[in-house]
Amino acid sequence: MQITPEPVNRLIEELSRLPGIGPKTASRLTFYLLRAPVEQALALSEAIRQLKERITFCEVCYNITEVSPCPLCRDERRDRTQICVVEEPLDVLALERTHAYHGLYHVLHGAISPVEGIGPGDLRIAELLKRVQDGSITEVVLATNPTLEGEATAMYLERQLAPLKIRITRLARGLPVGGDLEYADEITLARAIEGRQAM
Amino acid sequence: MSRERLYRTEAIVLKRSDFGEADRLLTLYTPELGKIRVIAKGARKPTSRKSGHVELFTHAQFLIARGRNLDIVTQAETIHAFRSLREDLLRASYAYYVAELLDRFVEDGVENRPLFDLLLAVLDWLGASSDLALTARFYELRLLTLSGYQPQLFQCVNCRATIEPVTNFFAPAHGGVVCPRCYNGGLRDDNGLKAISLNALKVLRFLQTHDYGVCSRLRLSPGLHRELEAVMQRYITYILERNLKSVAFLRTLRQPPLEGESSGN
Repeated sequence: MQITPEPVNRLIEELSRLPGIGPKTASRLTFYLLRAPVEQALALSEAIRQLKERITFCEVCYNITEVSPCPLCRDERRDRTQICVVEEPLDVLALERTHAYHGLYHVLHGAISPVEGIGPGDLRIAELLKRVQDGSITEVVLATNPTLEGEATAMYLERQLAPLKIRITRLARGLPVGGDLEYADEITLARAIEGRQAM
Repeated sequence: MSRERLYRTEAIVLKRSDFGEADRLLTLYTPELGKIRVIAKGARKPTSRKSGHVELFTHAQFLIARGRNLDIVTQAETIHAFRSLREDLLRASYAYYVAELLDRFVEDGVENRPLFDLLLAVLDWLGASSDLALTARFYELRLLTLSGYQPQLFQCVNCRATIEPVTNFFAPAHGGVVCPRCYNGGLRDDNGLKAISLNALKVLRFLQTHDYGVCSRLRLSPGLHRELEAVMQRYITYILERNLKSVAFLRTLRQPPLEGESSGN
């Protein structure tokens, strides 16, 4: 016997497919929406629809965008000799918030992970090599995460880019602001010492 | 111990995946508790005190609290970080292979101290080895022995006759080498009974019976390396009934061919 009506069940099922949302949270959200004003619920559904209809990947840097090439790639004020390589679109936002980098980006959409079966062919690496080969790029900044997967990706890229004779740099690794030396692991600390700078 | 809220163990991180907002789910291999799965809360935040200590392949001392579902890491302190593994793509890829193989061979919560010691040793060797493929073969043979799958390399697995110094055959499903007489007598193996050269058999026997210090001095030709890898791969795939993802990755890495798998930096 089905106690809850079909539309309710359906939304619960859809919501519980989202990351971090279990069946309990999904039912709570569903019953919240059931009681919420119609406009609010429709605004949500419209936002989701627009997200899927209007967002594509930039044909140059593979960041998410409404228009391709994306605003960052079209911006004439940016330094067109540098490409910063990141794993995810969210990393672009994080770097942009620093206002410290003014070049172009390239989003790989993941990192090499042998355990998950993600190899170089599953990432936007061929596209990056093509961009770099056109000759106007003088520096590639490897800004993948300082995890083993990110390091593996950076090392792989370094190997692929080396024959092109351009400057290849890696984001510095060291101590986080507000961190504590006592709790730093030895690799981070060793790199912090190696990368120390004159004051 | 089962009633204690906190317990302490050393462990090596075999696998980790993102979990929730900023947490990581870790698969640890410990000397006394075997393979366990724990949560490292907040380990993805840059200011986390744990993140650097719970990276893959790190050997660390853990303080773990029993949770309702999964246990939770409360403290972690690195014992050995295996830095040279992390700074070389090929070494790191072999470490992935080593960890994936162990993960597939052991069940949760089954203690096997010699296997832990082997894992610790092999991560150390991979950081310095000049022949990574040889180190991997040595590890495979030891792992098979310690987990009860030691291949029989000295007697024919069918007729028990001592193996003669000629070309023999390797039969994964029979767990070892088959002599030419049994092979010609029609013994078959659905899982790829193939010829094994005398040299390859000699190397496997040597690896199975000698310490790493002696084995690491062997010098093998690229052709012999390929044959040994193929034999071991067939046997391991037969036991696990699946292909390992890190093997496929090692192959893609090798496409710009690396002489004898030795990596310069």
